[in-house]
Amino acid sequence: MTVLKHELRQGRTALFTWTAAIGSLLMLCVFIFPETRGDVDEMGRLFASMGRFTAAFGMDRLDLGTLTGYYCVECGTILGLGGAFFASLAGISALAKEEGDRTAEFLLTHPIARGLVAAEKLAAVLIQLAAMDLAVLALALASMKWIGQPIPWREVLLLHGANGLLQAELAGICFGISAFLRRSSAGIGVGLAAVLYLMNLVSNMTDRARFLKLITPFGYCEGADIVADGRLSAGPVVLGMALACAAVAAACLRYGRKDIL
Amino acid sequence: MDAIITEGLTKYYGKNRGIRQVDLTVRQGDFFGFIGPNGAGKSTLIRTLMGLVRPTAGRARILGLDAARDRERFLARVGYLPSEVSFYPGMRVRDILKLSADLRRRDCAGARDRLCQRLRLDPSRRAEELSLGNRKKTAIVCALQHEPELLILDEPTAGLDPLMQRAFFDLLRERNRQGATVFLSSHVLSEIQHNCTRAAMIRDGQIIADGTVAELAGTGVKRVSVRGTVDCGALAGVRDLHRTPEGADFLYSGDISALLRALSAGDLRDVTVTEPDLEEVFLQDYQRGGGGL
Repeated sequence: MTVLKHELRQGRTALFTWTAAIGSLLMLCVFIFPETRGDVDEMGRLFASMGRFTAAFGMDRLDLGTLTGYYCVECGTILGLGGAFFASLAGISALAKEEGDRTAEFLLTHPIARGLVAAEKLAAVLIQLAAMDLAVLALALASMKWIGQPIPWREVLLLHGANGLLQAELAGICFGISAFLRRSSAGIGVGLAAVLYLMNLVSNMTDRARFLKLITPFGYCEGADIVADGRLSAGPVVLGMALACAAVAAACLRYGRKDIL
Repeated sequence: MDAIITEGLTKYYGKNRGIRQVDLTVRQGDFFGFIGPNGAGKSTLIRTLMGLVRPTAGRARILGLDAARDRERFLARVGYLPSEVSFYPGMRVRDILKLSADLRRRDCAGARDRLCQRLRLDPSRRAEELSLGNRKKTAIVCALQHEPELLILDEPTAGLDPLMQRAFFDLLRERNRQGATVFLSSHVLSEIQHNCTRAAMIRDGQIIADGTVAELAGTGVKRVSVRGTVDCGALAGVRDLHRTPEGADFLYSGDISALLRALSAGDLRDVTVTEPDLEEVFLQDYQRGGGGL
């Protein structure tokens, strides 16, 4: 557990920063909900004039006058993008950062198997993501309580749960990529998260791009679908988790045989 | 049991040569020097031994264990000092030393404090504030605090001031007397000659000589200095010939009788024949680019 503890200690500043950033933005959004409620009709007209962009963000199927609809659109975007960026950055730097910073030589000349190093690093990433998700969920629920609104438990928990799975999938894929890099590349991680997010927007805009929902994990985090179905779409979730597991397995195989230069 | 044995150990980085067919034996209790210029393959051999890079061919046994299969088992008994030292930012020296001990599942607090005191290393300093010398000292404590049976040290004195170099070699000699095997690479030949009992030389990825330091320094080569005139033209085995107004100075590796005949035929006021030191032999061999000593 030494590597796990060490990784958690090394990552605590990033964890605190991302949790504070996402949590405070979510709280801000929830706090202004009572103010925006009065402007629902005007907002409805505005969004109706945005054509396909309304569909891109799922606003054509959600009622922004309810906390559920408002939370899924506004807070869902913050939670989705923020969480995805943090997960990607944590995953992409897990293995490669050691080589870029030349600390791999220190770590891997101790009597610890590379497979165990990789496993403990992955566990550290997942623990950090879980810690961030729990803290952010607690802040979101507290802010809903603060504004005196009834909490839409099922929708909120499903949305946060879906985003937790999205983060796990992205972290797993980036962890896999990390094993093939010689130095941490934040650009690859953030770029991948951004591309997958855009893929979901495109898939919402046209039926011809609907298949992209199967590829991007943002597909099963779509608030409009979660509210409509009352559950997550199992197929894309299973596919995404399988992809993440395959990436992690590839990472372990590669890392075990990699030359540390 | 030998501390290190390599058989045909070869490493290519793509098409680039790292080491080729390295056969080397380091006996237990040796204070072994590994000499070679930059790019000769010293660090590649050491990184291959430590399991950081996988050999292209050949195998290595360390402390009787297969270096590829029993990596964790032999690493528990080895102390390693890399040539370039890097630590995690934000950590203090004491945290780095504790992390190293924890990774070995050992409590090294007593040895750690003694080593820090002896090397005058402040454990409260942050990693990013450390000078090159203090980073090196931290790495030395990491390598020594668990009292390993084998020390593998890659260019260990780079960055240490002369006083600290002396303290460091005192420490190594103590450990060696207590039974530890020391394997150190260096391109500072005097360091090897003054401290090591055995040594090997590497050039272009291949071992070109190994043996005791005395053997390597005295491979039949003599430094000959004459005052007066002597005809060296007919002598085979003369190299590094320097003529001065007073006489001549050269390295000689040919037949001693032929040398004496040539000297006695000359008009000499003085002559000295000495064993060249290791550095001289090494540099001559490298400048020659020959196949061995």
